[in-house]
Amino acid sequence: MAKRKLQEINAGSMADIAFLLLIFFLVTTTMESNYGIRRKLPPLEDKNSPPPPVIKQKNVLEIVINGQDKMMIEEKPEKVENVKKIAIDFITNNGKDPKSSDNPQKAVIMIKHTRETSYKMYISVYNELTAAYNDIRNRYAKQKYGKSFDKLTEDEQKAVKDAYPQKIAESTPKR
Amino acid sequence: MAKFSKKKDSGTPAISTASLPDIVFMLLFFFMVATVMRENGERKVSVKMPSADQVKKIEKKGLASYIYVGTPIKKYQSKYGKEPRIQLDDAFASVSDIGPFVLKEKAAKREEEKPLMITSIKADADVGMGIITDIKEELRKVNALKVNYSTKKGEVTVNFK
Repeated sequence: MAKRKLQEINAGSMADIAFLLLIFFLVTTTMESNYGIRRKLPPLEDKNSPPPPVIKQKNVLEIVINGQDKMMIEEKPEKVENVKKIAIDFITNNGKDPKSSDNPQKAVIMIKHTRETSYKMYISVYNELTAAYNDIRNRYAKQKYGKSFDKLTEDEQKAVKDAYPQKIAESTPKR
Repeated sequence: MAKFSKKKDSGTPAISTASLPDIVFMLLFFFMVATVMRENGERKVSVKMPSADQVKKIEKKGLASYIYVGTPIKKYQSKYGKEPRIQLDDAFASVSDIGPFVLKEKAAKREEEKPLMITSIKADADVGMGIITDIKEELRKVNALKVNYSTKKGEVTVNFK
């Protein structure tokens, strides 16, 4: 009989409690965008490993950025906007221009920067180079498989990557 | 006729708020899930990331370790100066702390997750490449080769405005 007497607990303040928690989480949440440019660093060179193969001058696209964020590509001053086009032309040259790369497998892009070069400049150039590679790979994927690169299977992606390997070298600026 | 006159008095009935807790709870759960607690330690350096458009998303946030690079915020400028500094977890750090930091993060993960780990560098757009190069060298030394340069999504031309 005692059970009958039990009153229902008043749930009116539940909303208040929930609101309190809600506001706490609202304040602490930062909808952080987790986007970024992927890069795989080269492993440290082993002292016993053989010296790197000599690369012909014409197979290297040299990009130099100085401390004032001014850029030179193959010793000509260039703007960031043009990097993508130059890179695409260089990679897909296939021996047409005797001064440019022999084929995409051999084409290496070399970035040289100083310690004073700004991060945004580096990221911008890097982004443009990535864009160039993505462009080329997409075009190749469309041509060969009729699909864009993202929609290919893993094996197909690997085939495309092998056809157009992303070879970007960076020199370490001296202290 | 008392019955009828009583009804007229009541006017419009109050809206039931019984479902309010449910709605609030729903929102609460959303924000609880969306919140990443570890990331919200005190930020001691100001980071305005550069923009880029060839970006990928980090799918597994738990597998990323973050390195912040930027000028110390006002509060710390008297003590640490205005030169760009590195922040790991909640504290200022020097370049030599990065190796142990990454290894410590790695040790905390399960074995099958270790190869998937990625180091995300969140650097301010205006820091020099010198400090970034040092960080990269340190990462190479501990064989943490997967790097993500955190950026905002946008055209690169935005960087130079």
